[in-house]
Amino acid sequence: MIKTLVFCFCVLLCFTNVSAKNIFVGTGKQFKTINEALKIAEDGDSIIVSAGIYKEGNIEITKKITLAGINYPILDGQKKFEIISVRSPYVTISGFKLINSGVSSIVDVAGIKIYNTYKVVIKNNILLETFFGIYLQNSSKCEITGNSLKATTKIEQNNGNGIHCWKSDSLLITNNKIEGHRDGMYFEFTTNTKVVNNISEKNLRYGLHFMFSHNNRYITNIFKSNGAGVAVMYSHHVTMTANKFLENWGDGAYGLLLKEITDSHVDNNLFLKNTIAIYMEGATRIVMQSNVFKFNGWAMKIMASCMDVTVNKNNFLSNTFDVGTNGSVSLNDFKNNYWDKYEGYDINKDGIGDVPYRPVSLFATIIENNPPAMILFRSFMSTLLDKTEKVIPTLTPENLKDDYPLMKPLKL
Amino acid sequence: MKKIIKYVFIDILRSKIVIGFTIFLLILSLSIFNLEDNSSKGLLSLLNIILIIVPLVSILFSAIYVYNSSEFLELLVSQPLKRKSIWLSLYVGLAGAMALSFFVGAGIPILMYESTPTGYIMIIIGVLLSVIFVSIAMLAAVLTRDKAKGIGVVMLLWLYFSLLFDGLILFILFEFADYPLEKPMVFLSALNPIDLGRIMILLKMDVSALMGYTGAVFKDFFGTSTGFAIAMVVMFAWAAIPLWISVKKFKHKDL
Repeated sequence: MIKTLVFCFCVLLCFTNVSAKNIFVGTGKQFKTINEALKIAEDGDSIIVSAGIYKEGNIEITKKITLAGINYPILDGQKKFEIISVRSPYVTISGFKLINSGVSSIVDVAGIKIYNTYKVVIKNNILLETFFGIYLQNSSKCEITGNSLKATTKIEQNNGNGIHCWKSDSLLITNNKIEGHRDGMYFEFTTNTKVVNNISEKNLRYGLHFMFSHNNRYITNIFKSNGAGVAVMYSHHVTMTANKFLENWGDGAYGLLLKEITDSHVDNNLFLKNTIAIYMEGATRIVMQSNVFKFNGWAMKIMASCMDVTVNKNNFLSNTFDVGTNGSVSLNDFKNNYWDKYEGYDINKDGIGDVPYRPVSLFATIIENNPPAMILFRSFMSTLLDKTEKVIPTLTPENLKDDYPLMKPLKL
Repeated sequence: MKKIIKYVFIDILRSKIVIGFTIFLLILSLSIFNLEDNSSKGLLSLLNIILIIVPLVSILFSAIYVYNSSEFLELLVSQPLKRKSIWLSLYVGLAGAMALSFFVGAGIPILMYESTPTGYIMIIIGVLLSVIFVSIAMLAAVLTRDKAKGIGVVMLLWLYFSLLFDGLILFILFEFADYPLEKPMVFLSALNPIDLGRIMILLKMDVSALMGYTGAVFKDFFGTSTGFAIAMVVMFAWAAIPLWISVKKFKHKDL
């Protein structure tokens, strides 16, 4: 029985090997253009493209083929066309340099656009000056790996998102580098997706932006110097682990903006030099653990609309303000964090401070109400106000406190 | 003029108060840097010293010194010397001694432990504040004849600059909260050298927080090289104008 199975398998293997052929495109090769090659290609074929500049308008792929570039052949969209449109499953595109896609405010023109299909792999391509970079529409089980995307347009309307996923499922997005787009990565109605090891920086708006995208995981990504940081909204069961949120500066810029997010995990991330590291509004049942907040303006702004947010075992180091809030009620739980501003003592030497730490300073509250008061920050006067408030809390929320603050920073 | 400066300088060193202050600053800053686990917290503690103690010691010591050397001044005036150069020499001697004492006491530990832009700006501001408050003390001393009253005046001035002025600002901020106050605040801060110095340091120390909307206004102004230059000019004006007025008063003062 097993022998027959193995035999069948071998036959199958041979059969596929025989049927799949390589088609070469380039100067002095079988075909001069990719579109010609595509016409005669059959399912399972590979089209191998030599280096050169190809101005073919739109390349539409409707067969299960592999499109591979050698030494990054350039596909030029001449600022008019969508460069590659994929409408078939089992397509692999790798090793191309796509430049100058069309720009449109009616259609979302992209460098590579994947339409209503599955199992497409986009690997190791370079996309320069494309409107949208890689666009997935109603697709599933696709893999976007090792691509480098860059745009330099400064006007938001003329600049699309780097990797844009709409109504897709089970995608794997890894090791991409996105720079200068509108949003680095944008997900809408996209579920069960894994986003790993990407670098998204200097984008005009958000480094990562998702809405209505549930059950996704974001791991070891770097989001740096984006116009407005990272914004995540209206989603549940999101996991964000070991990401780096760096240097997102500005009044509307957040390391991480959580709006209407529920049942999610934010752990082992690093927040460095953001104006506001995490801003939470309407966030419910969020667990924040083992994160490091360092040199931020505000480590956390947690609005009164948040509920059951657990903040424990984080390090708060050298932030201007630890926590800011807008109301007097806090329904969230702060526990076992290390706060470098903590001034309490530990008599029984169990590593946990004996007096609670109140992370909201009076002056942070004053600035919340009256922003220009920032000019008085760190003056003798503001220090005095903060000290008196620490002794008798009146204006800051009474129950927003860490009852078990750690005496020593956690090793993270 | 050189001789008078030299004499004043040596006289100040001999009085040991300035040496004591230097050692106090040195021990304090070294222990702050060694105690705190991260040096940025050390800088924060030092900030309070620079903004409160340095102006206090500067203004108080200078005023007392000027009163105590009134007989010496009388003697000098009887010599064929210009009053202007006598007074300026006295200023240079005092300001030099205070600036040097700050630099040795706090500047060197900062350079040792926190050799960053924040550290450098703190040293610059500390030296400037020393010099400014010597100048203010000399104006106060030339205006009030009585020593006890003079010392009272300089204490009040110090209190005004380090606390009352900020209280006033806070009052204005809340009283006129409905108006856009960011730009007037930039102007108001120029009316107090301590505030101005503090903002210059904040721009390096809390730059992340200052990138918020209101902060951005300060950052846009003071953060640029023009703004920095203007702030420096204002700081120098704070040293020069009181000194200039005091020279005028001293020229015609009936000793």
